[in-house]
Amino acid sequence: MQQEAVLALLAKEPAHGYQLRARLQQALGSVGDAMNAGQIYVTLSRLEKAGQVSCERAPGLPDRPDRKVYALTAAGQQRVAEWIADVSWPGPGLAEFHLKLIAAAAAGLADPIRIIDAQRRELLRQLRDVQRAAMAEPDGSEAALLLEGLALRLQADLAWLEACEQNWTNQKKDGS
Amino acid sequence: MNATDGDTCVLRTRGLRKEYGKKEGLVHALNGVDLDVMAGETVAVMGPSGCGKSTLLYLLGGLDRPTSGEIWLSGQRLDQLSERGLARLRRDAVGFVFQAFHLMDELTAVENVELPALLAGRSPRVARKTATELLERVGLADRARFLPTALSGGQRQRVAIARALVASPQVVLADEPTGNLDSAATIEVLRLFDRLHAAGQTLVIVTHDPRVAATADRMISMRDGSFTDQTKLHGGTTGRLGTLAGLEG
Repeated sequence: MQQEAVLALLAKEPAHGYQLRARLQQALGSVGDAMNAGQIYVTLSRLEKAGQVSCERAPGLPDRPDRKVYALTAAGQQRVAEWIADVSWPGPGLAEFHLKLIAAAAAGLADPIRIIDAQRRELLRQLRDVQRAAMAEPDGSEAALLLEGLALRLQADLAWLEACEQNWTNQKKDGS
Repeated sequence: MNATDGDTCVLRTRGLRKEYGKKEGLVHALNGVDLDVMAGETVAVMGPSGCGKSTLLYLLGGLDRPTSGEIWLSGQRLDQLSERGLARLRRDAVGFVFQAFHLMDELTAVENVELPALLAGRSPRVARKTATELLERVGLADRARFLPTALSGGQRQRVAIARALVASPQVVLADEPTGNLDSAATIEVLRLFDRLHAAGQTLVIVTHDPRVAATADRMISMRDGSFTDQTKLHGGTTGRLGTLAGLEG
């Protein structure tokens, strides 16, 4: 499981591993089917070793991972903030961006619309470079075909950002 | 507006509003838009259909009047002009480019381009000379005697752009200029816009096509009649095309 997404889901409040897993299942639906039950605990223990997550066991309960409550450390918070601001693309996948919006909204880390705007700016800059390169190619060049593929992919990504914006704008209206 | 602003700001709006309908049917197409377009700048306005971007373009070009707010074109206040004043403005100061080209099918390419000049009272000789030069500028000198139906979509739009330039307008306003064009024709039109930009032409393009928006100097996002985001597109990510294409990284 992507470490940043797990950290960000802890930004709202400390949680049990199974709560995080349920939140991920809700956010990802069948996309997250391949995740197995133990994966979240593997990720959490790595994060704990890295000092980005702390964990507390409720007194009197047996020492099992599912009894522990996990919380972000200052280092963990720092990493989440960097992840929220990061606009590199293509990243590990659409699910990462999707979870970023969900976690940011839940914990009030950032306005999802602002995250979408920042991502759109980055993709438009990339598309600008692709278009400039395409415009500089002579008619019928081989490279123009490759550039068209890159442009189409970015257009699809931008269309999805548009859908994200619409969805999160509506949620904001409903919530207020 | 004072004289120093007028040196660089070609088009300016303040608190621009447009409403349609009445009472329960009232639609706020524009909700108080402040826009400054600098001389020589290419600005793209993007947003979903119904966000108000076309309404904005029509107000900027004097095709429609705002409910309230101010519009300035090179220091002249448009929202207070008479109908006659607006007609003169549309003829002399603004060039329009539309999605559907709006060429006259009975007229050849060069006749289409010279028509606005003739209507403005220029002599046939001068009008023809200007139109011929403009067709050369858009790379269609050899198509001057063709009817629009004998031209490709990209060529028709280039004729329409030549026509928009015939009065040497202070600003060219384009409404979805690539909406009817395939990818290759879109590139043709973008190359032409780029050349106009290099020659100092001020351009405002309303589009839902990110390929068009990405080539502008500045991109404005619109939603529900308001600007929601603005970004300068200078700089970019040059050198990362290989990564994008999966060659490295």
